[in-house]
Formats: sequence, C-alpha cells, structure tokens
Amino acid sequence: MTTAPAPSKEPTVTVPDTSTEVQLLVEPSSLAPRRRMAQSLLRSRELSILAVLLLVIAAATIKNPSFLLSSSGWRDLLLTPSMLILLAVGQAAVIITRNVDLSVGSVLGLTAYLTGRLFIDHPGIPVVVVFAAGLLVGAVLGLVNGLLVALGRVPALVITLGTLYIYRGLVLSWAGSSRINASDLPAGFLALGTQQILTIPVLFLIAVVVLSAVGYYLYTARSGREFYAIGSDPDAAVLYGLNVRRRVIGAFLLSGALAGLAGVVFAARYGSVSSDAGTGIELQAVAAAVIGGVAIFGGSGTVWGAAIGAVLLVTINRALPMLGIPDFWQQALVGALILSAIVLDRVLSARQSRRLVEARDQS
Amino acid sequence: MRHDSIGAASHPTLTLRDVAKSFGPVVALRSGTLVAQPGSIHALVGENGAGKSTLVKIVAGVHRRDAGEFLLGGEPADFGSTAESKAAGVAVIYQEPTLFPDLSVTENIFMGRQLLGRGRRIDRAAMYAEAARLFAGLGVHIDPRRQALGLSIADQQIIEIAKAISLDARLLIMDEPTAALSGVEVERLFAVARRLRDEGRAIVFISHRFDEVFDLCDTVTVMRDGQYIATKPIADTSVEEIVGLMVGREVAELFPKTPAPIGDPVLQVSGLTASGVFHDVTFEVRAGEIVGLAGLVGAGRSEIARAIFGVDRYDSGSVRVKGCEVPPRDPAAAIRAGMAFVPEDRRRQGLVTEASVTDNITGVIRGSLARFGLLTKRMENAAAGPWAGRLEVKTGALDMNAKTMSGGNQQKVVIAKWLATKPTLLIIDEPTRGIDVGTKAEVHRLLSELAGQGMAILMISSELPEVLGMADRVLVVCEGRITADLPRDRATPEAVMHAATHALTGGHHGHPGGHHGHPGGAQDQQAAS
Repeated sequence: MTTAPAPSKEPTVTVPDTSTEVQLLVEPSSLAPRRRMAQSLLRSRELSILAVLLLVIAAATIKNPSFLLSSSGWRDLLLTPSMLILLAVGQAAVIITRNVDLSVGSVLGLTAYLTGRLFIDHPGIPVVVVFAAGLLVGAVLGLVNGLLVALGRVPALVITLGTLYIYRGLVLSWAGSSRINASDLPAGFLALGTQQILTIPVLFLIAVVVLSAVGYYLYTARSGREFYAIGSDPDAAVLYGLNVRRRVIGAFLLSGALAGLAGVVFAARYGSVSSDAGTGIELQAVAAAVIGGVAIFGGSGTVWGAAIGAVLLVTINRALPMLGIPDFWQQALVGALILSAIVLDRVLSARQSRRLVEARDQS
Repeated sequence: MRHDSIGAASHPTLTLRDVAKSFGPVVALRSGTLVAQPGSIHALVGENGAGKSTLVKIVAGVHRRDAGEFLLGGEPADFGSTAESKAAGVAVIYQEPTLFPDLSVTENIFMGRQLLGRGRRIDRAAMYAEAARLFAGLGVHIDPRRQALGLSIADQQIIEIAKAISLDARLLIMDEPTAALSGVEVERLFAVARRLRDEGRAIVFISHRFDEVFDLCDTVTVMRDGQYIATKPIADTSVEEIVGLMVGREVAELFPKTPAPIGDPVLQVSGLTASGVFHDVTFEVRAGEIVGLAGLVGAGRSEIARAIFGVDRYDSGSVRVKGCEVPPRDPAAAIRAGMAFVPEDRRRQGLVTEASVTDNITGVIRGSLARFGLLTKRMENAAAGPWAGRLEVKTGALDMNAKTMSGGNQQKVVIAKWLATKPTLLIIDEPTRGIDVGTKAEVHRLLSELAGQGMAILMISSELPEVLGMADRVLVVCEGRITADLPRDRATPEAVMHAATHALTGGHHGHPGGHHGHPGGAQDQQAAS
C-alpha cells in the first residue's frame, strides 16, 4: 500500500497506468502504517536526545539516589529547566525560519524586573495581570525584532545582537543598582515558584502547556508548516507565494512573548531580580534548540526536541558536579554536545547530497 | 485590446505581444511575442541572453513588464507576485526545481494550501492520498511521505508537475527541464508532458536540445537579442533553419585577433573529470594561442576553468603547465606555475571592491614586493602604476576605490592584477560581460596583444561573436564534455551552436531522431595532446 486509509472522497488509490514506461525511481514505502510510525519515531533525533537525557539522569541517580528519588530531587529535575524550556521553544520557532533571536536574555531581564516593579508599585495586582503584562511586553519587543529583520533585510544575528544591548540598556537605566527582593513580592506569587500539582511543579506545567500549544501549532497549522518551508529555502518560499515577511515577524513575536513569560517565571522562581537577570541565557536557548535537533540553518527540527535539549542542558549542569566531574569538563562536555549535534547535521546532509550526485551520474 | 475572435472556438491560453523589460539601463527584453494554444506544446528557443528567461519571469509574476500586451485565456493579465500568477493558473518549472528539501514530498506539493480537516487542522492522511493519486495519474512511483532532499532533479521536476496539476494549471512553462536529466528521465518527462497536452493544457517548453524540440513540440518560437524573430510549425521547419534564425547575424569585425606565431603547448589538460560536473576533458593551449571555450550557460565551462586553476576539486585527470604537473586544489601552486585567472564575477571574486586600485593590482604579488616582510605604499604604487597606465585604466588616482569604477575599468584592474604576476597562461572567464562597447574593443585588443607576446590564453565566453572573432581555436562544451574542437576557419556560428546543443553521439539522452544532418564538421572531435 502506498497510503494510509484516507477519509477523502477520492476513489481509492489507483493502479499506476501501465501504458507508459513506469520507472521505479523512488520506491514507495511498503511498510504498514503502524510499523512506519514506530520506525520514524525510533529514528527521530528527539528520541536519541531523550535517551541521552535518561542516561545522564540514571548515572547521577546511581551515584546519588536523591538526585531523582527524593521529593526535592524530583521537583528540581522538572523545575530548574522550566524557564529554559520556554526560551528554547521560542528560539526553536525562530531558528526553524532560518533566523536567530539573541535578544531573549535581555527581554527576560526586562520583564523579570517589570514583574517586581508591578508588585511594588501596584500592591494587590492580580498575578494573572502580571503574567499577561510579561507576555505583552515580550511580544512587543519581539515584534520590534521581527519588523527590523523582515523589513531591514539585515541578518537576524546582527539585528538581535543590537537589540540585545538596547533592551539590556533599558533594564539598566530603569533598574539602576536597585534590585527586587523576595520580600517585595507577594507570597502567593512566590509560592508559584515551588508549588506542585500531583508532585509536578506548576512552572513546569506552564512550560509544558506552552510547549504543547506551539508544537501542535507548528505541526498542524498551515502557517506553522510555512515556518519550516521558509527556513528550508527562503527563495523557494517566495516563489511559492508564501507570505515570508509575516511568518518571520510571527516567529520573532512568539519568541519575544515566551521570553517575556520566562521573565515572570524567573521572578517567581528566584524571588530576586537585578538588572543583569538572564544575561547570557540566550546562548543556552540556542544551544538547547541545536542539541535538540533543530537545524541551525532552519527548516527542520521540532520544539519538542528543543525542549528536551533544554532539560538535558540544565540537567547535565546539575548532574556533572554530582558525578565528581571538574568544572572545565562540564563546560567542555556541553560544548562537545553542541558540536556533535551540528557535525551530525552536516555529515548527514552532505552524505545524502553526495549520494544523489553519484546516482545521477550513473544513470 | 484585440478581441477580434469573440465567436471563434477559443482564445490562446497565453498571448504575449511586444512585451519589453529593462533593468536599469540594461534592456533584457525588447519585444517578446509568444502565443501558446491550449492542447499544444510550444518550444521557445534562442541563444544565451536572448530574453527567454525574462519572458518566463514576466509570465510567472517575478518581474513586471514595462510595455506590451499580456493576455491569459483572452483576459488581460498583469502579475505583481508569483502568488497571483499561480492563482491565475500559471505554473513554472524551473531548470533547478525550487523545492523545500527538509519537507516531505507531499508538503512540497501542498505548501500554502494544505488540505484541512477538522478545526482547520492539516489533514495529512488526505494529503498523502491525494499526492499518491497525482503520482499514479502521472505514472510515477514516488513515496508521498519521503523527504524531498535526495530526490534526483528529474523526480523533483515530477513533484513540480504534480504541484501544477493539483493547482489545475492551464499554462505550464518548463524552463530547460531536461538539462540535468538522463535518457530515461527525459522519456518519462515527455510522456507526462504529452499527457498534459492531451488534457488540453498549454505547455511552453524551453530547451537547447533541438532533437527534443523536434520530438516533443508542435510549434517553435525563436528569439534573439531580446527580440521575437519567428514562429514556425515544427512540421514545416528544420534544425538548420532554426539555428540560422537563432544566430542570424554576421560576425562583426569588432574583434580583431592579430595572427601570432603559435608556439609550444603551455597548458595541457588531460582526462579531467569531476563527477556530476564535467567528464574526461582533454585539450591543450599553446603559446600565442587564444582558445575559446564556448557553450551554453551551465554546460560546465566555468567549472572546468575553476578546476584547472585549483579552486574546485576534481576526481581524476591531470593539469600540466609547460610540462610540469600542477597539483589539484591549490591556487597558490597554480599561480607559481604561471597561471592567472580572471573570474566570471569580477565584483565578487576578482576584486576587493572596498580597496584602492593599487591594492587590487598588487594583491597577488604583494609577497614578492615586500622587503624584509615590510611593504610601503610607495613600493606598491611603483609596482601598480605601469600596469594601470598600460591598460589605460581611467581613474583619477591609484588610490581611488575600485567600487566606484565602471565595469570596464574594473575588469582592466583585474587583468592588471594578474599581468603583474607575469603569467604564461591567462584563463579569462567572460572577459567583456557587462562592459560597454568601447572598452570591450580595448579588452579584445589587449588580449590579442598578449597572445602576440607569446602568452597562452584560455577564454570562456557566452558571446558567440566574441569567441569566433578572438579565438584561434574553439572548444565547444556541452553537458560537461567537449563536443567539438574547431579551428578558426571552420568555426562558424552554426557549427558552434550545433555542437553546443548536441551531446556527443551516443550521448546519454536517448533519441537520435532529431539529428537532421549536421552542419559541416561540428562533430569533429579531436582529442588534443
């Protein structure tokens, strides 16, 4: 069979017309749908990165059972990566369109400080409003990035490097040397940082809900698929008549909004915010996406992979000291992970295209 | 507007009349005319730069015409984007298909207009079924689920055609679709094209291979220099007539190559092969000789030159300069061996546009100019001055920025840069592209003079008159192979065009049906060495 049973009104798959010479140049898959699904799942990058993650957790747990088995160990395992998951999801959406957003760390710093200011200046403000404000401010900053990239025809790397400093400058001049302390924040808000539902931290639940929503959108919506098309070949996307500009702006808007949300999460999680909150975290977000199988040149990868990459990155940082690995090797290992992810991408695609040329020559 | 045939059976699917398009001062299309009927395959032929691609891009909505009439199915049309032309039922299949390599074949067909199921979510099962149905209708087996990456060009074109059918395109334009296909693949494409014709669609087929044009098409339109020349029913014409219409003009005496004594071989290339790019290229260039490398764009001429100079890799074969082997992939060694290479794209590959004339000219010889590892402006100017003067580079001062100069002067600077290395072999790719007529003649005079002083010159040019006027010997490249080696007296436009459009006998596309006799000696291949 060439297709899965389809709910369409079309007659079932026709037998190929034999009146012309049929050339079996690319054989259709002959696997049953369920086996095909199992196979593509087994071969997916997401699964292999998940396996690495489980390996790290297992090693750390064997060395020190409380890493996973104590209640605080379990909580930290899920809670610590929550913020990075949000950033990695947004970053993945941007990278898929063959762009990059380096300003997320500054956006996070800005909305984290904004969160504190809102609670200080408007006592009794509902937590929901603060979350909405974080999302909104982040979205506006992301929109600025998107407009500059889409209209300015300057690489996103340069644009967002610029806005990284500009947004950070905003926080610095706004906050000065003052900082938000846990005592400035209402107890109900701080409790969010540690609260659990059925042993699952609330912040992790927020991250998973966001991840699922974005993942679902990218997989099942026309506009979501266009993100991939644009990243895969921007010129072809224009020839297809896709609205490239709008999608790129959308990706940056999403990334900004999630960074804004992550800023609120930062405040809830740590309680104290200074003007340098989130400095350097943008590189972790890019690293998480790349480790999770999002191709740095766009067009492939999933937010699920990026999220697993984020968890892996954070977990490695927590597990390695426990395994008695010195500081230098911890950093080097993360670097090796990134390099191997990129090298793997290049090797796989180079091998494929070389095979294509040779096959064509032989025919 | 001409609506003279209201009562007639049907309008032509596409009507273009006296369409013109300029890019700044460059006129790409003077007056393009093309009428494509439904249920017919219409060939569009012409030399490089005849304006075919511009014409196609106007229909596709990539460019907007400056003037002329453009009707689609009898209705006036004017597309500002590819999306508009697509919506009007125009599908274009480019020589290099534009697919998204990371996405599945099915997604490529339906991108932007995916079938939707419940809640406006994409219905993948329905899309796979529809894609399988389209492929079955085309008589090809392609897994709708597989990635587009790794598909052959032929399969990618089938995907493009499937896309066009799913759009229910009434006009299908194929821009040199067979250039990269093998014999079986061409047969399969033609079977598909005939099927589409029989469904009543109009097809415009651009090709340089006359055997294919005569095999597949019903009508042929010839263009030359951005202008419409003639439209003929295939049944009433011949290859000779079409070639004559394409070439059309006398070789102007603009290009004087003064006879020079031909000396010993300087460059000997034997069996040079890069898989997928060029095959078994063997030739030599002697001192005082200008050898022209002719052929169509994409035939592999520049790639051969780049491989000889060591920029690109090659799989087998050897390059010798004055009998000494030049190592592959080592431009520095090629320069030491006495080679100089003026690339096709001088702005990007030949010049440092942000640097001064002096810096550009001394770019290659800087190492030898330096004394004790130090370099002074004065030394550089002293070295550059004579060269700039000799080539009459028109510039206010040697420290002028190369970016601000005209194309002709830039080219002179690039040539001066290489002459400063005192080469024995000059490889020059498209020496006069984008250069005004006056400077063109100067560049030609210079090349001729250099050959007279005993330099060996390998010149790649897409301009037939230039090749014929300048070269002592013309090598014609077709699909990565040298298909003809013509001495000056036998190098006629017809002979070169013929060799450039026909692969060698037994070449890998399988219908010899179109070889309606050869103009004298085109297939005369002499392995030099």
